[in-house]
Amino acid sequence: MGKKILLEHINVPGIETYDVYRKQGGYTAVEKAIKTMSPEGVVEEVKKAGVRGRGGAGFPMGMKWSFLAKPEGVPRYLVCNADESEPGTFKDHYLMKNIPHLLIEGMIVSSYALGANKSFIYVRGELMYVIRILEKAIAEAKAAGFLGKNILGSGYDLELVVHPGGGAYICGEETALLESLEGKRGNPRNKPPFPAVKGLYQCPTVVNNVESIATASWIINNGGDAYAAIGIGRSSGTKLISASGHIKKPGVYEIELGVPVEEFLYSDEWCGGIRDGHHLKALVAGGSSVPILPANLITKLANGEPRLMTYESLSDGGFQTGTMLGSGGFIVFDETACIVRNTWNFSRFYHHESCGQCSPCREGTGWMEKVLHRIEHGHGSMHDIDLLVDVAKKIEGNTICPLGDAAAWPVASAIRHFRDEFEWHITHPAEATQPGAVFKGEMALV
Amino acid sequence: MTETQNTVEFTPERLKIAQEMIDRYPAERQKSALLPLLHLAQEQWGWLSPEVMDYVGRMLSIQAIEVYEVATFYTMFHLDPVGKHVIEYCRTGPCCLMGGEEIYDYLKQKLGIQAGETTADQKFTLKEVECLAACGMGPVFQIREQYYMNLTRDKVDEIIAELSR
Repeated sequence: MGKKILLEHINVPGIETYDVYRKQGGYTAVEKAIKTMSPEGVVEEVKKAGVRGRGGAGFPMGMKWSFLAKPEGVPRYLVCNADESEPGTFKDHYLMKNIPHLLIEGMIVSSYALGANKSFIYVRGELMYVIRILEKAIAEAKAAGFLGKNILGSGYDLELVVHPGGGAYICGEETALLESLEGKRGNPRNKPPFPAVKGLYQCPTVVNNVESIATASWIINNGGDAYAAIGIGRSSGTKLISASGHIKKPGVYEIELGVPVEEFLYSDEWCGGIRDGHHLKALVAGGSSVPILPANLITKLANGEPRLMTYESLSDGGFQTGTMLGSGGFIVFDETACIVRNTWNFSRFYHHESCGQCSPCREGTGWMEKVLHRIEHGHGSMHDIDLLVDVAKKIEGNTICPLGDAAAWPVASAIRHFRDEFEWHITHPAEATQPGAVFKGEMALV
Repeated sequence: MTETQNTVEFTPERLKIAQEMIDRYPAERQKSALLPLLHLAQEQWGWLSPEVMDYVGRMLSIQAIEVYEVATFYTMFHLDPVGKHVIEYCRTGPCCLMGGEEIYDYLKQKLGIQAGETTADQKFTLKEVECLAACGMGPVFQIREQYYMNLTRDKVDEIIAELSR
C-alpha cells in the first residue's frame, strides 16, 4: 500500500527548485500534453482516472471539467483553491511549500485541458511565505519556457497569477472564493448558475483543490487507467492525509485509498499509534466539519468488517455509525480529550467564520456556541442538549453554502455518540469545570 | 479628502509592486487587486487607517466603501494601530489538543496582556486566530510571515526574548 504519486520525490534535496524537479521527471506531463494531446484528450484521461475532488467534496474532477461551458469569444478560467482552512487539514500547505512545481505543472496541464490562458492560485493570506515560494517556482517555469507566450512552440499561451486571501475560512467555498478573487467580501453565491457557466468575472470557470490539480501530471504521464487501477472502486488513486492530535507521529502522509483505518492509525509507516500510555477515544476523520466517531466505530464498520480509508467505507452507515473522508484532516483524540470542550471550540470556529448572509447559519452558529459554552462552563441544563440538536437540525440544509452543514454536523454527531459526557457536564458542574477535567464514565476506549 | 489623507503614499518601491499587482488582472478588473494591495499597505503602515484605505480605493478607482467592507470582512487586516510584532495565536481544536490553551495562558501571562491588547512598550500585540493549517505541528502562532510551531514554554521564552532585543 506504499504507492506514492504526489510525494514520491518529496525527500529529494532541492526538490523545491526547478532544476531538481525537472531532473526527477518534472514537466514531462506538460511536454506530453501540449505536444502530443488535444485538450479534450487530456480531459478524457482525467475522467478515466476517476480522481475525486480532494478539497473535501469528493466530486469527480474530470466530470467537473466536462461541465465547463465554452461559448465563443469568452475567456475561460481555472482557479486553484489553495485556501486550506478546514481545522485539521494542512496537506496543501505541506505540498506547496515542499514541492511547488508539482502544483505549477498540474496547473499548466489542467489549464491547457480547459483552454484557459490566465489561471489563478488563490492561497490563504496567512501563507504569504508559501505565496513567495510559488511565485519563485512560476518565474523558474516561465524562464524554462513552460509558461508565458507560445509554450513549447505550440501557440498556447498561459499566465499564472498567485492571489492572496485575507483570512476567511468561507473563501474555501468555491463561489465565495470567486467573489474574493474579484476583490469583494467572501459571500457565497446562490447556485445556479454554477461557476462552470458563470464563474470568475461571470465567465466559465473551474475551481479545483491543490491536491486534485497536482494529480494531473501523473495521470497524463501514466494514463487515466493506470490511476484508476490504484485504490478501490470509486475511491481511486492516492490521498494526502493530514494526521494530528494524540498520535505518535503527526504529519502529512500519502496513502493509497483503501488502507484499513486501523493500519493507518497504528502502523509505524503512518500515525504510529496513540501516544504512550493512552487510549483511543474518538476520531474526526476528514476535517472538523465531518461527524466525530467514537472508538468502537473507528476501525470497524457496524457489521464488524474493517473500516477502510475510502470515501465509501468511511461513510458506511450514514451519520448513524459513519462519517466522511472529507479533506483528509485526521484528528485523533485520546481519553484526555474533553468532547464537550472540543465541540464548543469547533462551534466557536464556525460562528466566527460564518459570512452572515443566511440567518440559520449566522444566528444558529452563535446559539450553538453560546449553549455549548454554558454547558462547558457548568451552567447548562438538560434541556440544552435537545436544544442543540434542534438548532443543528434547523441549520442543516437551509443555507446557501455548506458552511451551515459543516457547523451542524460536529455538534449533532458529538451528542449522538457522547451524550453521557454532555449530561455529566450538566449534572456535575463543580467537577466538570476543574482544569483538565474529563468525563470518566462508561465509555468505549480502544 | 483632507491634507493628511494626501500625504499617504506607498514608497516608490512598493508603488512599483502595486502597479505590477494591478496589471496581473484583466483590464477593467483592477478591483481584484484589492486584497493584494491591502496586504502591501499593511506591510508598510502596520495597520489600515481610513486614510490608507481611501488611498488604496483611489488607486483602484473604486468607492471607499468597497474598500472598508472588504477590510472589515477579512480577519488578517488590523483596523487599529498595533505593536511592532503582532502575535497571531491559533485557538482552534487540533492545536488545543496539543496543549495550545496552556501555552496560550503562559504567553498572556508572560506578556501581561489579553487578546486584542498591546504591551505598554508597543512591542507586542496579541490576536487570537482560527486554524493556521499547521495542525500536525501545534501549538502554533504566526508573526507576520513566520510560523512558530511545536510551541513549548521554553520556545515561547526564546522567541519573546529574541524579538524583545
